[in-house]
Amino acid sequence: MLRIESLDAHYGLFQALFGVTLSIAPGETVALIGSNGAGKTTLLRSLAGALRVRADSVLLDGEPVGGSAEREQLSRGIALVPEGRRLFASLTVLENMQLAAANGRRGAWSIERVLESFPALRALLSRPATALSGGQQQLVAIARALVCNPAFLLCDEVSLGLSPLVVDEVYRLLAIARGDGMAIVLVEQNVRRALTESDRYVCIQKGRVVLEGISASADRHAVAQAYFGV
Amino acid sequence: MAGIVELLINGLLLGALYALFALGLSLSLGVMKMINLAHGDFIVLGAYLAGAAMSTTGWPALACIGLVVPVMFAIGWALQAGLLNRVVGAHELSPLLVTFGLSVVIQNVLMEVFTANTRSLPSGDLALQGLRLGDVSIGLLPLLIGLVCVALYAGTHVLVSRTHLGRQARAVADDSATARLVGVDDRRFFALMAGFVMAVTGLAAVLYGVRTPFAPTAGPERLLFAFEAVVLGGLGNLWGSFAGGLVIGLAQVLGTQVSTGLGPFFSHLVFLVALLVRPQGLFGAPRH
Repeated sequence: MLRIESLDAHYGLFQALFGVTLSIAPGETVALIGSNGAGKTTLLRSLAGALRVRADSVLLDGEPVGGSAEREQLSRGIALVPEGRRLFASLTVLENMQLAAANGRRGAWSIERVLESFPALRALLSRPATALSGGQQQLVAIARALVCNPAFLLCDEVSLGLSPLVVDEVYRLLAIARGDGMAIVLVEQNVRRALTESDRYVCIQKGRVVLEGISASADRHAVAQAYFGV
Repeated sequence: MAGIVELLINGLLLGALYALFALGLSLSLGVMKMINLAHGDFIVLGAYLAGAAMSTTGWPALACIGLVVPVMFAIGWALQAGLLNRVVGAHELSPLLVTFGLSVVIQNVLMEVFTANTRSLPSGDLALQGLRLGDVSIGLLPLLIGLVCVALYAGTHVLVSRTHLGRQARAVADDSATARLVGVDDRRFFALMAGFVMAVTGLAAVLYGVRTPFAPTAGPERLLFAFEAVVLGGLGNLWGSFAGGLVIGLAQVLGTQVSTGLGPFFSHLVFLVALLVRPQGLFGAPRH
């Protein structure tokens, strides 16, 4: 269980999150919904260790883990797929995954398993990562986090700028991970998609949780109101 | 004809020494985005360490490489872990200021301990031996330095392109924030890398000391040659730095033919002209 308790996050003097409290159970998918600047990315970065936060504001199985470095969170099973993919341009597709796999945990996910699920990537392994199409880059970016075998996979805008067909591919990869019992935190601009892909949803507005519930029975109107803040 | 060939070879072999100076600078600039202004002073420090090692152990100069290299590795590691990691990545100016201060400190400590006198590392008859190929004769020591230089660049190339360490280096150079997300401990990696850089510098230092007399204040000029080699080759391009070193060395030796005292002037001139023509360096990608 990953529990976030009264989490405050700051960028210098600017406060981006105010007392956010929510929890993510093993194996469940939670969608974070909110407009640009609401604090979704900040929340993911706080969990992944990219942003220093109070130790007791992030609890993993009751243990305070907030404010640890990225590699410590990775070894505890929290991995982030950053917004904009951020593949290493000087590394090939294979090297991008190798680097992560060597630093991550052992488990069900290996580079070989990624390639079995997406055979098209096999022919691209020796290409520079940024020579790939946007969709392929996104798959590799997710794979780079998967091969670290996290228990909690944080996905920031994984469908941004991709064609609908490619978005389906991306979610097919996430569905395989979910099938393994991996918990996923999803930041997704497409609210409809976010709700169909998740078990629960949490709406964030100006750094605060304003609405949460079960995705299947979500009141779209209420979610839209929370999203736009009207 | 033989004279010209000999001149060219001598220029390239002097350039190999500059390329050795440049290797460490190129790595720390390419991966850590950090310019070590004390780089030249560390070369001189390494040469003095070799001198001290020689007089304590009685070993020949080249054998002292075995002592100087690990000591320099330790210095590099400690310096990065203890001092430079605090300023790297914060602002480009901070590492410049800190290493500029270091440069002043090292020069003055060397002056205090070893006096301002020029000295050199005696290498026995190695300095006098040469190879004859037809009409062309090449000094054995410069040739040895050239071979060491090529081997080190090739070794570093393999390290960077084939190993996990090299993948980390390239990832950190591309995007250190994302590298941390995939579990790279960039600060620990920087310390390791600074150790490696300083070990290479130590090796270059002994070869430099055997080849040329040195004094405590010789550092900044070594830095200048190394820096010119790196910039001329194109920032972040390893083999570019190698080629840059060769060009600087060649220009210097050919310049000496024009006027004996003007060798360094011509290498700086070639650097300036090359930079005007190709601001991104010989092998650098054009800036957008």
